[in-house]
Formats: sequence, C-alpha cells, structure tokens
Amino acid sequence: MRNRPARRMLVQLKGLQMKLKPNLLSTLVAAACGLAAASAQAQISDGVIKIGVMNDMSGLYADVSGPGAVVAAKMAVEDFGAAKKGMKVEIVAADHQNKPDVGSTVARTWYDVDKVDAIFDVPTSSVALAINQITRDKGKAFINSGAASSDLTGKACSPNTVHWTYDTWMLANGTGSAIVKTGGNTWFFLTADYAFGHALERDTTAAINKAGGKVIGSVRVPFPGTDFSSFLLQAQASKAKVIGLANAGGDTINSIKQAAEFGITKGGQSLAGMLMFLADVHSLGLNTAQGLIFTTTFYWDLNDQTRAFAKRMAAANNGKYPTMVQAGVYSSVLHYLKAVEAAKTDDGTKVVAKMKELPTDDPLFGKGSIRADGRALHPAYLVEVKKPSESKGPYDYLKIRATIPADQAFRPLADGGCPLVK
Amino acid sequence: MTRDTLPSAAAQKRAAELRTHRIAFGLMALLLFFAPAVLYPVFMMKIMCFALFACAFNLLLGFGGLLSFGHAMFLGSAGYAAAHSAKVWSLTPELAILFGTLCACVLSVGAGLLAIRRQGIYFAMITLALAQMVFFFSLQAPFTGGEDGIQGVPRGMLFGLIDLKNPLAMYGVVLVIFLGGFALIYRIVHSPFGQVLKAIRENQDRAISLGYDIDRYKLLAFVLSGTIAGLAGATKAIVFQLASLTDVHWTMSGEVVLMTLLGGMGTVFGPVVGAALIITMQNYLAQLGAWVTVVQGVIFVVCVLAFRRGIIGELGHWLRKPL
Amino acid sequence: MTEIFGIPTQALFGQLLIGLINGSFYALLSLGLAVIFGLLNIINFAHGAQYMLGAFVAYLLLSKLGINYWWALLITPLVVGASGMVIERLMLSKLYKLDHLYGLLLTFGLALIIQGVFRNIYGSSGEPYQIPDALQGGQNLGFMFLPNYRAWIIVASLITCLSTWYVIERTKLGAYLRAATENPQLVQAFGVNVPRMITLTYGFGVGLAALAGVMAAPVYQVSPQMGADLIIVVFAVVVIGGMGSILGAITTGFALGLIEGLTKVFYPEASSTVIFIIMVIVLLVRPAGLFGTQK
Repeated sequence: MRNRPARRMLVQLKGLQMKLKPNLLSTLVAAACGLAAASAQAQISDGVIKIGVMNDMSGLYADVSGPGAVVAAKMAVEDFGAAKKGMKVEIVAADHQNKPDVGSTVARTWYDVDKVDAIFDVPTSSVALAINQITRDKGKAFINSGAASSDLTGKACSPNTVHWTYDTWMLANGTGSAIVKTGGNTWFFLTADYAFGHALERDTTAAINKAGGKVIGSVRVPFPGTDFSSFLLQAQASKAKVIGLANAGGDTINSIKQAAEFGITKGGQSLAGMLMFLADVHSLGLNTAQGLIFTTTFYWDLNDQTRAFAKRMAAANNGKYPTMVQAGVYSSVLHYLKAVEAAKTDDGTKVVAKMKELPTDDPLFGKGSIRADGRALHPAYLVEVKKPSESKGPYDYLKIRATIPADQAFRPLADGGCPLVK
Repeated sequence: MTRDTLPSAAAQKRAAELRTHRIAFGLMALLLFFAPAVLYPVFMMKIMCFALFACAFNLLLGFGGLLSFGHAMFLGSAGYAAAHSAKVWSLTPELAILFGTLCACVLSVGAGLLAIRRQGIYFAMITLALAQMVFFFSLQAPFTGGEDGIQGVPRGMLFGLIDLKNPLAMYGVVLVIFLGGFALIYRIVHSPFGQVLKAIRENQDRAISLGYDIDRYKLLAFVLSGTIAGLAGATKAIVFQLASLTDVHWTMSGEVVLMTLLGGMGTVFGPVVGAALIITMQNYLAQLGAWVTVVQGVIFVVCVLAFRRGIIGELGHWLRKPL
Repeated sequence: MTEIFGIPTQALFGQLLIGLINGSFYALLSLGLAVIFGLLNIINFAHGAQYMLGAFVAYLLLSKLGINYWWALLITPLVVGASGMVIERLMLSKLYKLDHLYGLLLTFGLALIIQGVFRNIYGSSGEPYQIPDALQGGQNLGFMFLPNYRAWIIVASLITCLSTWYVIERTKLGAYLRAATENPQLVQAFGVNVPRMITLTYGFGVGLAALAGVMAAPVYQVSPQMGADLIIVVFAVVVIGGMGSILGAITTGFALGLIEGLTKVFYPEASSTVIFIIMVIVLLVRPAGLFGTQK
C-alpha cells in the first residue's frame, strides 16, 4: 500500500489488536473507569491497588520478616487512611521458602493471574533478584525491604525496583569502618562459602582498608554449617582483634554460641556480626550476645514514634517487637501508597518514578529520599548488644554507639555500576 | 510377519494393550493441547517438565528396578548448562536445551559407570553421594551463581524465528518436547531392550544365565534415564528463565521418587499423573508453608503401606489393562 | 613452634581434637543406623528426624517440666525409642517380606512428616538449650581451650559405642540377635520371640539417635532442620564402614571426624564433600565397605 499514513495506522491498529487480546477485560475495565472521569481511581487497574507481601513464612527468616511483615503492611495501609481517601487496597501474602524458583512462580502467578500491582519485602537475595527481573519484564513495582544484595541497586538495578532498609555495602561500611575507628583494626573473617558471604567479606575488607585497618586472615566455611569450632579456633590463633562473621541466620547464631563456649570472647577478641537482626539477639539471649556490634537502620527504642509503633506491632504480632525489615515494609508501603495517590495510577514504572520524586518521611526512618538507582536513603546506626544487667525491659537489647547520616551510609551513586545512572 | 514364534494370544494381548495406550496418549495430548485456554500456561508447563522427569525416572525404577536417589543431579546440571549457554553464550533456546541434555548425558555415563557396579541399597547410596558432590560443586562453582542461581535466562527466539516470550509459543514447544520424550520412553520400554530390562529386574541371575551382559543393559538404561531427565531440566530452565540450587538438592531426588510412587511405578502414565498431582498440591497448599512437607510424607507412608501400585497402577489393575 | 605443612603443631592438635569431638557425633549416629541395618536390614532414613526429636524432647523436658539435662539423658532415649517401637510394630513390620527399598521409602516419608510437623510448630530459628552447670567452663590444655562439655561428648560417646559393640558381639543377647538376622525361622523355632527382639532392636537404634540429639542440644541449635542434612553424611559413614558392621561404623565415625577436621584446616571449602569422595572410592575398591562382609 503506497499510502504511508494509512499503512502506519494499519500497523498501529494491528499492534493494538495484539495487545487487546490478552488484556481485553482489563483494558475495557480501564476504559470504562476512564469514562467515569470524576473518580480519582481513573487509572488504577481493576479499581484495586493489590499489594503482595512475599517472604519466608516458616523458615530461617520467619522471625525477621515473616507474618510480622504482613502485620506491618496492614498497619501502613490503615495509617495511610486508604479507606477515607476512597482508595481500595488489598493485601495478599505468600511464602517463598527462600527458594528462587518458588518465589518466581508465585510472582508470575500474582502478576499474570491475580492482578497484583506491587510486591513488597522478599528477603533472601536470590529470590529478590529473580523477582526483580520478572517485575521489570511485566512493568510492575517491586519494593524490597529484606534482601541484602547491593546488586539490586547496582548492576541489576531497574526502573521498577526500590531497595529499602539495608544492603551489603551499607552493612560492610557501617560495621567495618566504624569498628576500625574505635580501635578494632585487625580482622579475621569467617565467611560463609557462597555468593552472599563472599560479597560481604569483599565489601567489608574494602571498608576496613579504607579506614586504615588490616584483614590478617580469613577462612571459607561450607554453607550451611553447624559446627564452627574448628574455624573459630583458627580465628583465635590469628590473634586478630576482631572476628568478622560474614554469614547470616543460623550460621551467625551458631558461630556466636560456639565462640562463647570456647572462651573466645573472654580471651579479648570481639565478634562483629555482619548481618544481624533483633530477632537473632532475642534467640541468642543477652548472656551470649552481649558486646556484639552490628549495624541496623531501625531500632524500636530510638524515639517516641518508633516506640509507639513497636507497641502496636507487639500487640498484633504475638508480643514480638519489630525488626528493621518489618519496619522497612511499613515505611515502604506507606511511601508507595503516597506515590500512587500522587501519580493517580498503579502502573509500576510510573509509581516507582513518582516514589523517587517524592521525599520520604515516616515515623520510623525519618526523612530521606530515593535515588535514581532505586536506593532508599535513610540514616544507619552502629549498635552494641547490652549486658544482661543493662537491660530494663522486654527486647531492651541494644545501645546506639554511632549514627551514620543518610548520605554517607550507602554506596555513592556513581560506584554502583547501575545502567540507569549515566 | 516376524512374530511366528509367539503364540497368537500373546500377540493379540499386545495389540490390545497398544490400542489402550494409543487412546490414552491421544487423550492426554488433547487435554494438554487445550489446557492453556482454561489453566495458567506456566503452571501447565511446570507440570509437563516434571512429568517428563518422572517418566525418565520411572524408566530406571519401574522398568529397570533400580532406585536412584540422586536423579536431581541430571535435572539440575542440565538446567545450569542450558541456562549458562542461553544467557552467556547466547545460544538459541533449542540449542541451549540440546546442550543441557548433552551435559546430562555425559554426567549420566560417568555416574552410571560408577554406580552400576553395585545393586540395591548400595546403588541408591552411590547415586546419592554423587548427587551430593554435584550439589556442592553447583554451590561453589562461579558460573552457577551459588545461592542466586543463574537468573534472567533469556527465552530467546526458537530457530531464530519464533519469540518464546509469548507464553503460548513457549507452551507449544514444551508440549512437543514432552510428548516426544514420552513417546521415546514408551518406545524404549516396549522394545526388545525394554524386555531384557524387565527380565533383569525380575531375576538378575537368570538373565545372566541366559547370556545377557546385564551391566551394559543397566548402564544404557541409566544413561537414557539420566539424559531424558536432563532434557526435562534444560527445558524447565528456559521456561522459568532460572536455574537454581533447588534442582540439585537431594530433596528434589526424593520428590521425583514420590511422584513416581504415587502415580504408579512401572506404569506408562503413572508418573505423569503423579507429577501433576504433586505439583498441583504444592501450588495450592503453598500458603500452608511447611504442611506441604507433612502431606508429602503422609502420601509416601500411605503409598508404601497400602497403595504400592499407585493411582494408575490401581486403575489399571481394576480395569484389568496395563496402563 | 614447630610447623607441619605450614600449620603450627599446636593449632593442628587443636583441630584434631575438635575433629574427634565431631567424630563422636558421627560415631553415635552411625552406630544406631548400623545396628538397625545390620540386624534388621532396614535403612532408617528417619534417623536424622529421630535425632532431632531427641534434642526437642530434651528441650521440652527442660522448658515445660523443668527436668534437667542428666535426667533427660535417661528419659529421652526411652521416650523416643518407644515411639520407634510403635513405628516398627505398626508399619515397618508389614514391609519385611518386600524389597528393602520400601523400608527406605517408608522411613523417608516418616522423616518428612516428623520434620514438617516440628517446623510448623517451632519455625526454623531454633530453641536455646543451656550447657548443664556441672559441665560449664573448660580446661586450658596449652594448645587450646577445651570446653568441659565437649570433653564429656567424647567420653560419653566412646562409652556408649564400646558398650553397644560389646553387648552385640560378645554377649548371649547379642548372639541371639545376630542369629535371628541370619535365620529368623530357626531361631524362632528355638523358642526365641524374634518379632519382639526385632522391635526392641529398632527401638534401641532409635534411642541411640535420640541420645545423640540430647547431647547435641546444648552445643548445636535445637531446630527442626538439625537432622536433615546430617543424615546424608551419616549414611555415607555407615556405607564406608560396612553396612552391617558395628565396629566399622564406630571406627569410621571417629576417623571421619578426624579427616574432616584436617580438611577444614588445609582446604576448608571441601570439608563437606570429602566424605562423599571417600565413599565413592571405598565402594569402588572394597564394595562391602571397610569392615563389612558381602551379604
């Protein structure tokens, strides 16, 4: 056909036809809603903002995020006042069992069949990376609060992903440089022998070297492990001032228990947990955990607002106080809903762009912002576990040693290698 | 024409059996062909991949009488190979799947040579040990991505022409692979080779005395089983665009035993039904978290105690036709 | 300070001692498995779950009933062993006339059930269990600080293993047991109640697993997953030692602990895999295991 404009229109019509088939129903619904222009929900797909909270409900991280994160999400929806603003918000939850294939199947089903608009939480970096990819392919939104991998805002960054709460770089820098500055300048690493452990050791080594310290040795421990006595003995023999535990979950807890048993902490060496949560301290008990130093971005006893939140959470969550991951879910849901309201749509890419435009402000993390690479910036705290005698009430476990301001706590924007940042 | 030595009753029985099987196969193919109109295609593709895996496993267990407790090593290693070749070497999907299957084949030759020398429980233990070594290798080797696995595997363009990101196109490919693999296994079982295999399963010493080199037959069965399991694994990696440690963990080896046991060991269609049931159960009970493990355990116990023929086995027994 | 292969001798001895401690657990666990397989021809895949049960029963005894570690050492194996006997009576005995592999599958299913139920109740984080007061602290041996509790583990394990071996190989009861395995009908004809002996033996093997669990509770996390990956290693130990041989299981258990300890010093990344490599080599060279006899 010589008639170019007509041909173009035909191609466009064909393209529209291809798109209409699978999404016919939702397109019609959206069109119908669009016609009722007065409603503020003009472009909310299906008229409902559907939020999916996916995490480990029954395994290693169940106490760190788990059902508590769902409670936090519900609280955020209430506090946002969705009902009063005429916005319908639904929350669904699923257990990814720390397996990337389970997580990606749930994510696909949620996005394709259940019309979920955004996924929250997702601890365990391997699952988070998988969902990061799927969310990008489908143009939805992924606001991660539980995973550690700094690749989410680095080489795997995406216009559909926001990374809240913490990442390996922040942990490494916070704990590493802060400890070196207080005198712990020789280190020995116990590294879980898999990607996460290696990354943690690598990032922390860089931070230690920059702060003027030295790593005098390290040992790779098969993952997962139960008995660390052999490796702890090697750490003891090295006479390093600090033993860095580049591991997480059960491995960290076991290494700390066994270090106490073998008299390592009594011998003058201190332990640095590279990734620790309030729930871990709770399960270790103050007797064993006292003196441990780590970095966190949230502690319930920081100020009146965090204390009020903790009381509400404990009441709804079997008396368990919130961890930083659960607090992160609360804040990120809150900010997401604000962005949906402002952007008047729940299209993933647009909402994430809006989330980066709006500054963040919530009772738990204070004022902060979200960078172009999806990294949420907020202050971090170096904390030390109290002695049993210093603890006055339930979950009164930590004292703040130092505060790291938001602009220093996270990896500089240019260093991440994120393709979105030119 | 060549069956003069067989009495005609047996030949008639065989022909009737073939008819039943052809009808059942046709039904299965039709069901699967129209399924995406009603059911979620990705879910159906998962079932087909695991059904092929279970059928390959059944070739070794049901027909060969050899319980391998390490079959996950074939599923997983083929998955990693296919994922790596598709993502890093940018092979088109059909080449990636072929490459994955080839890797599983090589692995099964090596594993088979080691394992075949022993029987019964020792055979199972050797396969378990070998699978554990593959697991630890996958955990540590840099190219497998450890805990993360190989992510973001591109679906690619089949033969450079058909975009597999379209779920229906991908479904078509998986359907063809499944039906082809299934037909291949059927052909292997119902062939002179398959008959000798069954003889070895029933009475090994007698087979030896008849002059068969049983080690060669067992090895061949092992390699065929491992290769087709690899085919399933490679396809799965392309469908889900992910190759992870779950596929090489020993619990995956346990799951395929469960699928075959539930469906019916030694039946043709049993593993397909078993796989479909287990995957469906895992899907719908996912909200219940760890109860899925308990339910699987209960199914194991019940099947072993009271239900050894499995679902299709019982159905076949009731209909008096081998299924 | 002298050095062997770049490691100071002092440190090496420390690592070997730790290897011995770990070997004690392997030996105890593989002893139970070897008893069950050697005498009953059953592969008890539920052994890891029963080990976990032992640890949990000890934890529950302490937290709910205030019963301390020493009583738990006595009560737990009896309780868990009794549960094992129930399993044997109700389920395993139906499978003796079938292929051994069905026993394996049944116990595998039981392991899934036990572990799944406990995971649902307790989650995966693990419960705390303190080292008993009498065994707190440790001795400074010069080349390392040896916690008293760990020394107790070696001693208790040795005593249990050697007395079990003695009973089975050197006493009349043990002789009946071994005869019953060889030829149940004949032994039964002599008036020995063979089915009851089999039930008791299975219960005893399970009790050994539970005992190992109680001893592990103060040092390893009491969690539903504690037996799951351990069982595969213990299988390898039993296979290397020779599946029917009690002495083989004990010796291999301790030996493996030492080898693993050495691997952790020289090449730690391989310390999980070394056992399987050894198993494959042994099975190729001596198919019945190091101490086993072809059955």
